[in-house]
Amino acid sequence: MSAKSEKGLHLHRVAIGLAGRRLLALDRLISPGEVLTVMGPSGSGKSTLLAFVAGFLDPVFAAEGKVLIDGEDVTGLAAEERRLGLLFQDPLLFPHLSVGANLLFGLDPARAGRAERRRAVEAALAEVGMEGFFPRDPATLSGGQKARIALLRTLLARPRALLLDEPFSRLDAELKGQVRDLVFEEAAKRGLPVLLVTHDPADAEAAGGPVIDLARGGQGGGKG
Amino acid sequence: MPRRRSRLVLFPAAIFTLLIGPVAAGLAGAALPAFGYLPVIGLDHVSLEPFAALFAMPGILRSCLLSLWTGLGTTFLAFAVVTAFLAGWHGTRLFGWLQRLVSPLLSVPHAATAFGLAFLIAPSGLLLRLVSPWATGMERPPDWLIVHDPAGLSMMAGLVVKEIPFLFLMALAALPQVEAVPRMRAARALGYGRMAAFYLSVLPGLYRQLRLPVFAVIAYASSVVDVALILGPTLPAPLAVRILTWQADPDLSYRSLAAAGALVQLVVTGAAILAWWLLEKLAARLGLAAISAGRRFSRDRAPRLLAAGAMSLAAFLVLAGIAALALWSFAGLWAFPGLMPGRFTLSAWMRLSGALTVPLTNALLVAAASAAGAVVLALGALEYEVRAGATPTVRALVALYLPLLVPQIAFLFGLDILFIRLGFDGMLFAVILVHLVFVFPYVLLSLADPWRAFDPRYARIAASLGRGADAIFWRIRLPMLARPVATAAALGFAVSIALYLPTLLIGAGRWPTVTTEAVALSAGGDPRAIGATALVQALLPFAGFALAALLPALLFRRRAAMRAAA
Repeated sequence: MSAKSEKGLHLHRVAIGLAGRRLLALDRLISPGEVLTVMGPSGSGKSTLLAFVAGFLDPVFAAEGKVLIDGEDVTGLAAEERRLGLLFQDPLLFPHLSVGANLLFGLDPARAGRAERRRAVEAALAEVGMEGFFPRDPATLSGGQKARIALLRTLLARPRALLLDEPFSRLDAELKGQVRDLVFEEAAKRGLPVLLVTHDPADAEAAGGPVIDLARGGQGGGKG
Repeated sequence: MPRRRSRLVLFPAAIFTLLIGPVAAGLAGAALPAFGYLPVIGLDHVSLEPFAALFAMPGILRSCLLSLWTGLGTTFLAFAVVTAFLAGWHGTRLFGWLQRLVSPLLSVPHAATAFGLAFLIAPSGLLLRLVSPWATGMERPPDWLIVHDPAGLSMMAGLVVKEIPFLFLMALAALPQVEAVPRMRAARALGYGRMAAFYLSVLPGLYRQLRLPVFAVIAYASSVVDVALILGPTLPAPLAVRILTWQADPDLSYRSLAAAGALVQLVVTGAAILAWWLLEKLAARLGLAAISAGRRFSRDRAPRLLAAGAMSLAAFLVLAGIAALALWSFAGLWAFPGLMPGRFTLSAWMRLSGALTVPLTNALLVAAASAAGAVVLALGALEYEVRAGATPTVRALVALYLPLLVPQIAFLFGLDILFIRLGFDGMLFAVILVHLVFVFPYVLLSLADPWRAFDPRYARIAASLGRGADAIFWRIRLPMLARPVATAAALGFAVSIALYLPTLLIGAGRWPTVTTEAVALSAGGDPRAIGATALVQALLPFAGFALAALLPALLFRRRAAMRAAA
């Protein structure tokens, strides 16, 4: 199949069922820099789809199909081997680590050497306008700062795609726009395929890419 | 997603062995001599002779009935006070206040509580001094048999004040799972009184979670030795005390008698649990009958006040008892009816400091080792649960409670015979191993809820950042849960400090701890030595909990969210 050599995140004939009932079916390629939005009310299986792609699907679900990244089949890999960046609706900064240590935890292990790793993190902080935040306690940050650090932590691991699970739903209206723009901007800059799961139509609009609405029967070109 | 079989499966396997092995081996080890087989002392053919000898002992029936009576009476009183207090006061300010007061009392050892109570209620005790001579006219302590009363009432009081915090905390942990608040609201909206609403709508669900702890209380109270030695009847003593006396008798022929006694103890405790189970059925029928009769019980002011009074009294008796221990340990001449010692002196402490060094060191060593072992096992088992996606089963829960449901004396006696055969008797690792059997269930129960409630998204984030399961455990889950881990370790430490019978039997007297020393002093009647030794015993668990609160606070002093997460 020609799709296998294509760049991007390919959800190849994915179908997920629970107790004999099919929740969703999907066959899609998300190209580098593209955002695919999956919409649906809670219980429609959109978070389940994300869990399947990320490698955390609860064994009560039955899943078929493959997940390919830039042509590589990662379906059989453990979550930590997939290199897919994950963002949830809460920033989930590790509360026992400083801001800098949170980022070091994410930073690609290929960057070797203590001093070199620290420099990389300081530089990344400066890039989002947060110079000097390295030793800070994450609990002392504002909501917008936490969101930025969470994004930065994900990006420093050099993921091959981004998986977003309602990442803006807990932010207030003004902040939501800023953080959303930042996430999409950074993803586009790095040419990352993005899978966004949300129930907010404004997110889908801002993403600007194709939209699949699970409430309307998963019209995602699935094999149904 | 691929789930790999992990070597961590060894943890649950080791735990099942640890929990079931000693109990099974111990019961078998008691059964053989009980039926006349103990080659060491020349018994080698099966017979019912030991049972015949047992039932020929004077007052044996009364001893059995005493055990049954203290077991059921203690449990009934503690259960009634705890449920009545929950029913009458849950969600009130008084409730929160008493909750903070009662919770730490869980860690006060039984022996220290019993000594403290004895110092309060004895004829020369603080309570009578409080009203003498102005109200009673007494210039000398009266000749009343309060402590060691033949009906076992003092012993039951000592047990009740200790079991109340246990059942209370167990109930508090289970309340959120049974939707107590909405159920209470619904029932009260239908016109039921506060207490009736609790008993009819919340308790049936809550009791399902409380049943095993309640059975553990029955088992403990019907077979306890240390509290019985301090407060219990003497002529005859409850069955467990008599078994211990026979076991320690230099005349080895008493061993088979003790073995038969151990099996009878098992039957007595079983009968107590069976009787309770019948009471459960009866109570359920009465509840249903009340509902069908349409009674609302809306006037419950008097029972509510009674419940609050009983709960406060229990807390007061434990705390005042500890204060009495402290007073006596520093007392110079202290004649009746003086409420305070004539003068304070360090002489008891000076006199005991040498004698207490070894028991204190032993207690710390055994408690630290068994608590550490229990925490490692519990972490391994919980981590296995997380990685394998396994869920705990009823079977696992019963196994966890097994060492708490079988009377200690019933299986420790047989286990000791086995250990003597193997040459383990009196060895430090054997003492630690047996402590571990009793410490582990509490450590796991304490750690399981916070571990299972840990937000799984933290681990998912870490995995998506390329970190494997081991890194997630060491760098995320363990440090973030440092506080509950430290608390569980302190609880295990407290449980170990308080253990009397395992230390005495398996240690063969070679590993005296502050607990065995304190209980040994009960026969002597030196209140200053008792006060000092029991005070040390009571304070050790508090020191453990203080350390458990301090260490994570120091470790994460710059992390606000780690403080709030307590």
